[in-house]
Amino acid sequence: MAIRETQRRHEALGLDEDDLLRMYRHMLLARRVDERMWILNRQGKAAFVISCQGQEAAQVGAAYNLRPGYDYVYPYYRDAGIVITLGMTARDQLLSLLARAEDPNSGGRQMPGHFSSRELNIVTASAPIGVQYPQAVGSAMAFKMRGEDGVVLACGGEASTSEGDWHEAMNFAGIHDLPVIFLIQNNVYAISVPENLQVAGRIVDRAAGYGFPGVEVDGNDVLAVYKVAKEAFERARRGEGPTLIEAKTYRMTAHSSDDDDRRYREREEVEEWRKKDPILRFKQYLHGAGVLDDAKEREIEEEIRAEVDEATEYAENAPYADPESAMRYVYAEEE
Amino acid sequence: MAEKTYREALKEAMTEEMERDESVLLLGEDIGVYGGTHLITDGLLDMFGKKRVIDTPISEAGFTGAAIGMAMMGLRPVVEMMTWNFSFIAADQIIQNAAKVRYFSGGQVQVPLVIRGPNGGGVQLSAQHTHSLESFYGHFPGLKVVAPVTPADVKGMMISSIRDPNPVIFLEAGALYGTRGEVPEGEHTVPFGKARVAREGSDVTLVAYGRQVLLCERAAERLAEDGIEAEVIDLRSIRPLDEETVIESVRKTHRAVSVQEQWRYYGVSSEIAAIIQEKAFDYLDAPVERVSGAEVPAPYARNLELMCFPSEEQVVEVARRVLYQEV
Ligand SMILES: Cc1ncc(C[n+]2csc(CCOP(=O)(O)OP(=O)(O)O)c2C)c(N)n1
Ligand SMILES: [Mg+2]
Repeated sequence: MAIRETQRRHEALGLDEDDLLRMYRHMLLARRVDERMWILNRQGKAAFVISCQGQEAAQVGAAYNLRPGYDYVYPYYRDAGIVITLGMTARDQLLSLLARAEDPNSGGRQMPGHFSSRELNIVTASAPIGVQYPQAVGSAMAFKMRGEDGVVLACGGEASTSEGDWHEAMNFAGIHDLPVIFLIQNNVYAISVPENLQVAGRIVDRAAGYGFPGVEVDGNDVLAVYKVAKEAFERARRGEGPTLIEAKTYRMTAHSSDDDDRRYREREEVEEWRKKDPILRFKQYLHGAGVLDDAKEREIEEEIRAEVDEATEYAENAPYADPESAMRYVYAEEE
Repeated sequence: MAEKTYREALKEAMTEEMERDESVLLLGEDIGVYGGTHLITDGLLDMFGKKRVIDTPISEAGFTGAAIGMAMMGLRPVVEMMTWNFSFIAADQIIQNAAKVRYFSGGQVQVPLVIRGPNGGGVQLSAQHTHSLESFYGHFPGLKVVAPVTPADVKGMMISSIRDPNPVIFLEAGALYGTRGEVPEGEHTVPFGKARVAREGSDVTLVAYGRQVLLCERAAERLAEDGIEAEVIDLRSIRPLDEETVIESVRKTHRAVSVQEQWRYYGVSSEIAAIIQEKAFDYLDAPVERVSGAEVPAPYARNLELMCFPSEEQVVEVARRVLYQEV
């Protein structure tokens, strides 16, 4: 009985088995690339790592609604799951991590985790927190002015909602009923600062103040996120305006490779959340729904391991940018 | 005198001032339990409690503005910018307000506020974490701006900053938090507007501040191997600026090179060159030259980054050039 009920969940959302397996692969690839990045950091090969671990469901669930290269995304530094869903590869991630000339985001100019792709409409993320939101709203306005049904997905952590830019963007989006979705991944911490010192009231309630809907969702349940995001995308495409989604999740790693999270959170707490690992949960669902068995699971793991191995080797052997090229791209170049 | 790190000197100054004066308090992101992302406030929450060591939300404009409000009420807030790069978000509060309140209240209200944090780059954090903001903040009357480099000066200037009745922009050499130096115990103040002669010499004057002082000292050693004695001046204080010490040195050496990490145009080095030609024109035997960062946002990749910051070699080369010793 329980099995049939879980099966109905994805069917009711219009997702077939291929969709589910694709989502699972995106999540797993994001995770395995991330784990590899930490190893390279510990080996002294990568100066800086910032992780998506724990947030893959929120990212893939939302991004699965995007039309790659048509809709726009303003990801934040943890959104490896989003850019992978859009088509970025393990190679892309590792080239960026190791700051090689071929890094598709910036050619080694920007830090890892600051995704950028003209082709996929991924707008280069900014290191200062929260500044992406007003820009995202402007892109949504451009869609509306051109009469196109494009949607803009604007992402950030819960602490990005403390910045004035977030509120200004919410207000602007609300005034003009813009096709923008604010996806807030609430992972409880902003480096060391816990949610109770960061957020007054509830984030999701703030949408009401700007005149559009806010929905809270279990951010570790990929299908739940997919469902609320689907509704938000449909609403935006119908011209009905913005939605705020607060995905409740947890940062499973330290903030970044520069951080030691033992200074501010208990191991027990981290362990408790590990039990709610979104990949584990989705895997259980897939087994229950008969989409995945042990053999298939192993097969996917192995494919992904091979992909990450290949990407690592490729990136490690890829050349750095020619130092002379450091001066390029500051201004438009003469034809 | 005890040897201490830049980081320890900074903390010591704040701790002593907090013990001396109850109105001194700290605000910033991650400064409480975490002790600051650069561990500058490590342990201060335990010592002074959360009324005086306040973890803020990520709202630079918000907490800087709040600190101005506290300062106008007579408190002495010390605000940590996790890096100065994030101060652009609070720029209106700092430039349009903190710097103007005294003037626009006809002298009735003051803002005894210190804003501090790491400035500059060189540690592979790319452009949005790497700006050097001396000339940016140094431009505005109403602000005092300092950029100390030795642990002793860090302590002395932080104490002076906290006691000063004006808003002070305290630019720390973020790449040097772990460097050591002798630091006087207890009450030790360093006045604003007084440069430090870091090394004496008679052949050429190298003017710098912050991290570039160390670069100039290393370049001076290299030059000394060839019998060239460079004098190294550490400005320490950007506004007010000690013109006298620079001019005196140039009167002796007749040649000057000004070194900065920030970009060439409209930088502190341009200001130094202008002051030298205004006040010591007749003493100059060569044009004043500048060594600066490359005109590009600082890139991340180590090989590109190294290309974009001033190097010891560049300083040596330019020093030789003003001595007309072609290399
Ligand atoms: C304007 C600005 N202030 C501070 C920082 C430093 N910083 C980087 S990430 C971060 C925490 C952000 O927390 P949250 O938005 O919850 O995202 P999370 O990292 O938890 O996913 C901080 C304080 C920054 N990058 N930009
Ligand atoms: Mg967070």
